[in-house]
Amino acid sequence: MNFSDYLFLFGGMGLVTYLPRWLPLFYLAQRRLPQWLIDWLSMIPVAILCSLLAPILFTDQSSRSLSLGKPEFLVAIPTLLFALKTKSLGGTVLVGMGLYWLSSLFLW
Amino acid sequence: MATHKTERGFSKKRHRPETLNFSEQHPSMTEQTDPADDASWFRDGALASWPICFGYIPIGLALGVLANQAEIPVWAVAMMSVLVFAGSAQFICVAMLTAGASIWAIIFTTFVVNLRHFLMSSAVAVHLSGLRRILLNLFAYGITDESFAVNMARFRRGGWDFKRAITVNQLANLAWVLSTTSGAVIGQFIPRGAFGTDYALTAMFLALLLFQLHNMIYVLTGIAALVIATAWYIFIPGNSYIIGASISAATIGFFLKRYQDSRK
Repeated sequence: MNFSDYLFLFGGMGLVTYLPRWLPLFYLAQRRLPQWLIDWLSMIPVAILCSLLAPILFTDQSSRSLSLGKPEFLVAIPTLLFALKTKSLGGTVLVGMGLYWLSSLFLW
Repeated sequence: MATHKTERGFSKKRHRPETLNFSEQHPSMTEQTDPADDASWFRDGALASWPICFGYIPIGLALGVLANQAEIPVWAVAMMSVLVFAGSAQFICVAMLTAGASIWAIIFTTFVVNLRHFLMSSAVAVHLSGLRRILLNLFAYGITDESFAVNMARFRRGGWDFKRAITVNQLANLAWVLSTTSGAVIGQFIPRGAFGTDYALTAMFLALLLFQLHNMIYVLTGIAALVIATAWYIFIPGNSYIIGASISAATIGFFLKRYQDSRK
């Protein structure tokens, strides 16, 4: 990819990121969204994160088949416990990386 | 974490409570002066934003390293962080570029992943009403999960204004651009997968997910998304599982909440 490819990609990503951040601020200043939309949107973060995680944790991504008990899944358990205990985003990332690194050295 | 739950339970509390408590003890935070006349807006904003900036450093470095391993040049990483400024979407972009996804697929996925900011922007709008539209346009750029959480907590406590809030946004933005770019530079000296960098994205998603599970409805929505996404991923080629499973599971969660409310 050359400069203009990257500019187009990141410009496009920037635009679709900016629009949802900007539209309510610009138009809905004091108005409230309909309650059903608020309720539906509030489910979106959890749903997206689980959708992103599911293939990583439960499938073999080279053959796209079910694979239970992967190191990614086993490391996720202590990583989640650390996040629960500390509520720290940066710390959880570091601990998850460290545990995954250790698992690759000692377990598989 | 109960201290910064928003009224409607969609709070994004990715920052650590202990670090927020630190700034809460600062004397300037408890004074109820008129924010507009107060000259210490930059210091207040900086004090409120440091937990975000600190949290961004390892994630930004990890993103830069991954981008480097995906053979994205350093200047392009800096350009991405300035133009997009959305951590998880940038990780997904790097992953999708590595997997050979098309530019349109990446842009569409970014749109869906970042739609959640629509809700945050709506909530923060209440506190910025009456502001000039040019300032609103500038503020929208910096609305992230983290800056939203910090600014909403401050607005509700009082003594917070546009200048302080946009200082939080833009210092976080600066930390993000610097750490991702540094990661891309350092990444040239780190072999692929070293120190578990392959797991950085997964660990970040796990933490963000955990912080979202406010009650049983969210847990059930998450389980639905895991099951649907796994099946969708196995049976349907391409990346449509992200959007398909997210919309399906959110709709299931929505009706579960309706059902729960109707029984009250």
